Amino acid sequence: MLNYLIRRIGYALIMVVLVSFVSFVIIELPPGDYLTQKIEQLRARGDRSAEQQVEMLRARYGLDKPFLERYINWAVNFVRGDFGESFEFERPVSEILGARLGYTVILALATTLITWFLAIPLGVLSAVRQYSLTDQVISVISFIGLGMPGFLLALIIMYFAIIVFNLEVTGLFSPEFQDAPWSFAKFLDLLNHLWLPALIAAVTGIGGLVRIMRGNLLDTLGQPFVESARARGLKNRTVIWKHAVRIAINPLITILGSEVFPSIVVGSALVSIVLNLPTIGPVFVDSLRKLDMYLAGTCIVFLTIMLLIGNLVADLLLAWVDPRIRLE
Amino acid sequence: MENLSPQVPVATAAPSADARQTLIEVRDLKVEFDIRGGVVKAVDGLTFDIRRGQTVGIIGESGCGKSVTARAILRMVPKPGKITGGEILYYRYSRYPDKSGKTKEIEVIDMTKLDPDGELVRQIRGGEIAMIFQEPMSSLTPVYTAGTHLNEAITLHRLLPIKKLGDQMAEKIMQYRPVTKEEAREIAVQMLRRVGIPKPEQRVDSYPHQLSGGQRQRVMIAIALSTEPYMLIADEPTTALDVSIEAQILDIMRELQKTANMAIMFITHNLGVIASMAEEIVVMYMGKQVERAKVVDLFYNPKHPYTKALLQSVPKLGPKTGARLASIEGMVPDPLHLPTGCVFHPRCPAFMAGKCDKLIPNWTKVGENHWVRCLLYEE
Repeated sequence: MLNYLIRRIGYALIMVVLVSFVSFVIIELPPGDYLTQKIEQLRARGDRSAEQQVEMLRARYGLDKPFLERYINWAVNFVRGDFGESFEFERPVSEILGARLGYTVILALATTLITWFLAIPLGVLSAVRQYSLTDQVISVISFIGLGMPGFLLALIIMYFAIIVFNLEVTGLFSPEFQDAPWSFAKFLDLLNHLWLPALIAAVTGIGGLVRIMRGNLLDTLGQPFVESARARGLKNRTVIWKHAVRIAINPLITILGSEVFPSIVVGSALVSIVLNLPTIGPVFVDSLRKLDMYLAGTCIVFLTIMLLIGNLVADLLLAWVDPRIRLE
Repeated sequence: MENLSPQVPVATAAPSADARQTLIEVRDLKVEFDIRGGVVKAVDGLTFDIRRGQTVGIIGESGCGKSVTARAILRMVPKPGKITGGEILYYRYSRYPDKSGKTKEIEVIDMTKLDPDGELVRQIRGGEIAMIFQEPMSSLTPVYTAGTHLNEAITLHRLLPIKKLGDQMAEKIMQYRPVTKEEAREIAVQMLRRVGIPKPEQRVDSYPHQLSGGQRQRVMIAIALSTEPYMLIADEPTTALDVSIEAQILDIMRELQKTANMAIMFITHNLGVIASMAEEIVVMYMGKQVERAKVVDLFYNPKHPYTKALLQSVPKLGPKTGARLASIEGMVPDPLHLPTGCVFHPRCPAFMAGKCDKLIPNWTKVGENHWVRCLLYEE
């Protein structure tokens, strides 16, 4: 098991390197760099002296060096904890992302938890009461959830929250806590602001998982071991949860790692933009547009790491839940 | 460890088979499946009984209602099936005294009237009537060990007598307590040993995928018998196993039946197996009972043309005769559009035009304990 873990972490590291390299190449593909854009802007404004200033900046950010050297430099510094400097903000990347990274992780975790705690019981209910009114209602709602993009839902909810209920829904903190030091009250305030964005970001995932859970459970309920569990005299609830759901949930764990978690990370970027949340998402989208390559590269690496950790956790969870795939 | 067997009031071995007490009495049972195309009468007017310690075989082609009958007894008919008529009387005497300390007399329960998820049904299911299934490969939940499965059944259904110190006198009022974890494990290991699993102390912690098909069926039997049931329903328990394993499993069942005085309802389509197991046989065709007789009568003196045809279609070993294997003509009819009159008439070699396709045959007695549903034997 330990061997397996070490091997998986090794693969994950290789993956991070590859992903960062490929993303660097892709950012590099459009002609020009951040500074060419900047020069264009300055020229358009008729600023002549900018030319020299730009040359200086180019040297400072290493943009005059060949691509490979630039990448290696950045990667080596990355390992040391120096993620480079953002062109746009003219500040170190670590400073820009620092707090945002934490909020991103918290939001992703909250979203995942909400997804699971809602999707599994709803899926089970839907399967156990197949073709009943409950099942139909759950199915219709989950299809709507599946079809509705998170940001649209965010806009709709924002409209109702502000116009109808006169609530504050954007941001992760109330204004009075925005710059306050950490305290229990601030934490509560965070939770108070977190659940709605997390719920919105979870909707798409919930819609899909409910359907998958329902289908899997219906399959499992027809299995002989469910019937033989019932023939042992177990309560219906025990038969369903201990024997059927336990088996039906396996594919969901795989999906958690490979589909749900990535889509939460990606999908929440748009929700974050709409709801003005201090997560990586909005910064990442912006940095890509502006060819702010160290910032973008760092975002990609962190998102990749989050995904890989999510995947690893899902795989370990699966091995824990299902003895058949446990490695000796 | 002490003797872990509860003090079961064993019905003392009766002198003749027929004097044994009735355990299950199925009367005119009807089970219907209301499906999109119409109503399928999966079981239509089944009547038989099982006495304590007796083995009754139920044979018939696939889809004739054998398994549905078994599930109806345990109130486990799958949706959309429903018991629409008849009764299933279970002569229950509770093994353990109730709270006031009295052991109840035999109580007759009509299983068809019970709530299929109710407390009482769940006590009977697994505890007093156990069932083993056709597919040992998938009858154990893959994520739990053999021990976990056994444990479920044992903790749910077994109670142990409380031993009072210094009070060994014939104490009429016995008290019982639930088994502890350690005792449950002990019983589990004992059971695995009894069904012939090697190294039961280790095997008890094996997951189903670490066991072979034969071992899994042994585990299923161990689970079923760990609660010391009064009856075991075996739904084609050896169909999925190869012949040598089949013989071993049948041996185990016979062996354990003798020691536990347990009735067996044995469902199969294998005539060879049933001949070696059962005392009495019920032959079913399309949900209807066509013949019921002692095993010897049925094999040597079958009455119903369907039974005769079934027996003829068993391949025989011996010198090569060049004869083709007999088979039953025609196809199993569509269960939604059953033939009029006797359901077997389109395939029957003794078909009497104008009679068999018009009249529904009655349940007729043709000998001692030998009943048949065929117009040939009616006046």
